[in-house]
Amino acid sequence: MNEADLRTRVHELLAAYPPSEVDTLDFLRARFDAGLAWVHFPLGLGGLGAPRTLQAVVDAELTAAGAPDNDPRRIGIGLGMAAPTILRYGTAEQQHRWLRPLWTGEEVWCQLFSEPGAGSDLAALATRAVPDAEGSWRVNGQKVWTSSAHTARWAILIARTDPAVPKHQGITYFVCDMTDPGVQVRPLRQLTGEAEFNEVFLTDVRIPDSDRLGAVGEGWRVAQTTLNNERVAIGGQRTPREGGLIGIVAETWRERPELRTAELHQRLLQHWVDAEVLRLTGERLRQQLAAGQPGPEGAGGKLGFARLAQQLTAFEVELLAEEGLGYDDWTLRRPELVDFNGREAGYRYLRAKGNSIEGGTSEILRNIIAERVLGLPPEPRTDKDVPWKELSR
Amino acid sequence: MNLLYSEIEEELRASVRDLLHDRSPIEAVLARVSADQGYDPALWRALAVELGVAGLQDPAAGGSLREVAVVLEELGRSLAPTPFLGSAVLATAALGGDERLASGERTGTLVLPFSGGAPSVRETGGRLTGRVTSVADALTADLLVVPVVGGALWVVERGFTVTPRTSLDQTRPLADVVLDDAPGQLVTEDPAVLEHALLTGAGLLASEQLGIAEWCLTTTVEYLRERRQFNRPLGSFQALKHRLADLWLEVVGARAAARAAADALASEAADAPLLVAVAASHCGTVAVRAAEECIQLHGGIGMTWEHPAHLYLKRAKADQLALGTPGHHRARLAELANLPA
Ligand SMILES: Cc1cc2nc3c(=O)[nH]c(=O)nc-3n(C[C@H](O)[C@H](O)[C@H](O)COP(=O)(O)OP(=O)(O)OC[C@H]3O[C@@H](n4cnc5c(N)ncnc54)[C@H](O)[C@@H]3O)c2cc1C
Repeated sequence: MNEADLRTRVHELLAAYPPSEVDTLDFLRARFDAGLAWVHFPLGLGGLGAPRTLQAVVDAELTAAGAPDNDPRRIGIGLGMAAPTILRYGTAEQQHRWLRPLWTGEEVWCQLFSEPGAGSDLAALATRAVPDAEGSWRVNGQKVWTSSAHTARWAILIARTDPAVPKHQGITYFVCDMTDPGVQVRPLRQLTGEAEFNEVFLTDVRIPDSDRLGAVGEGWRVAQTTLNNERVAIGGQRTPREGGLIGIVAETWRERPELRTAELHQRLLQHWVDAEVLRLTGERLRQQLAAGQPGPEGAGGKLGFARLAQQLTAFEVELLAEEGLGYDDWTLRRPELVDFNGREAGYRYLRAKGNSIEGGTSEILRNIIAERVLGLPPEPRTDKDVPWKELSR
Repeated sequence: MNLLYSEIEEELRASVRDLLHDRSPIEAVLARVSADQGYDPALWRALAVELGVAGLQDPAAGGSLREVAVVLEELGRSLAPTPFLGSAVLATAALGGDERLASGERTGTLVLPFSGGAPSVRETGGRLTGRVTSVADALTADLLVVPVVGGALWVVERGFTVTPRTSLDQTRPLADVVLDDAPGQLVTEDPAVLEHALLTGAGLLASEQLGIAEWCLTTTVEYLRERRQFNRPLGSFQALKHRLADLWLEVVGARAAARAAADALASEAADAPLLVAVAASHCGTVAVRAAEECIQLHGGIGMTWEHPAHLYLKRAKADQLALGTPGHHRARLAELANLPA
């Protein structure tokens, strides 16, 4: 599959489904079936087994033709985390059932990983899955901070299936049907005022064994695929110069000379440099990946992104002076998606605090860089070889 | 924009690194500094004549500024005492290439204060007079490229005196140059040539700063893996791991910025001045921080004369001021990115 073949395929799709005439969903389904959803996926699963770098060719052609996109769900939990995990560990049947509606956005996914007692120490989780008489699993426990649980049709879930072995070994990975009567979702309001994430209570939830991903007891290994993809999905977007938050701040600076002070000018320039350096760092990582030399920079992307987002949003509030003292809206809302740029500075400032917590805290990412990239020795661990049920909680 | 290293660049790096490893290990640099010896002429001959690095700026000879940047990375990592920056980078850029300098047989430098500043030398009837302080790589220079008031460039080969200064950076000593009615040859009257040479110098210096930062990070990581206190390797303490992870991220950023600047200069990209301003303001600060962390995390030994860490700190700090401070480059950026004060 080369560039020319791809372009031909795109033009065939556009001819059969003229974007201005057909329904968005019909178009997206047809695009998936034509293998133009994610070209590096296998045939029949929305792809053509082509090199990942060719996706840009497809996207550019379709954008130019005014075709509808599956954006804004592009970076959601489904696309960013569930899909690569299903692709790697799912059976053919599971892949066919889940990937198409996931990609078209018909079905939203959420991630039932964190628990009140297991955040950074995710492998300590206590939610139990026990086989029942009919060969299914019964799941009981509580999950927390679950983004989009209120709109999700499916969830990726990890649960403990063997408490007698050390904590990393007794975990199994499932796909949970969020319409099961045992699933109860309660909004959890956050510092921005909205309830973007939730508490999820699981009471005798039934999961058929055919909705298990990977072998029993192998859940931690499967979860690594999800978590690695999560780090790349957050902060790994390609942006033009002055794309993202720095662009918003720079525009305000240009349009509002009355807000400028010498001190703010110094800081703005510093942030501008940091933003450009981070952009170049991401660009270099992508070039490395495309050239088949994956570098360890990936873990740093999210760390750098979180720090910059927090500095820039804090700066923006200060720059706005009196306006910075206001807030757009404290109404409790349950958004379908986080609209980081669609709201005002105060919201961005508060929401950015989550960037260094969600998807692995900055502290945990530093541990990963120090140990796996720099090769520094791990800290002494007291919980490694102890059966999970004997750990103090 | 290509931010990676080509195969040819990696080969060049390997041969420069091997040579520096054999002929100029850091212990030898330290010994030269302690004995108050200046540049190592034998080392320069090996680099410039045997490896041909002095002529890399000339595309006609198959070179490229991207390759010059790779050599600077290695020279930063090794602190090898050579006049590469003054001769093969600054003077060569100002002359738009020069056979005498490219062969490495002779060296030159650009006669301006290393910390920046406008030309002060005056020219009348082809003779130059003036005093320029704190010039890098002047002590060994056979040929001076002298910017004069107004921005024209002249070459001077005799009729000047050079007096060494006691410099913060012991591996790149500075000197004062006095021109007393010295006969010169005109190179160009176009002040843009000088400006472009300084832009090139500042953009490529970022690669030297990257090399310094890399050495400091790697050396510190190695030391903390071995050094034990409290019955465990110090590198297993999270307080230290997190500092090194942050430093690593800065070095990764410095590499992307330095490569972007070198690539933009090499390809004469329209946004080269902007990418140079970004690299110059970022990499200088990263190199200083890396050297400071290196000394701190080595503890008492890091404070000693016998450990080479101080040489890196001195070079990093001097480099941060050289060819414009980070603040100066950010002020440039304010114009280039339309972010007025
Ligand atoms: C906006 C948002 C959305 C989220 N969405 C989801 C979701 O959809 N699904 C889901 O499963 N989870 C989600 N999370 C949860 C998130 O993954 C966890 O909050 C995160 O992993 C941290 O766990 P914790 O909150 O229990 O903090 P803790 O682990 O209790 O950590 C508290 C503090 O201690 C630090 N710390 C912990 N361990 C160490 C260590 N070993 N060394 C040094 N410092 C340490 C942490 O960095 C943190 O600063 C979301 C979180 C946020 C903020």
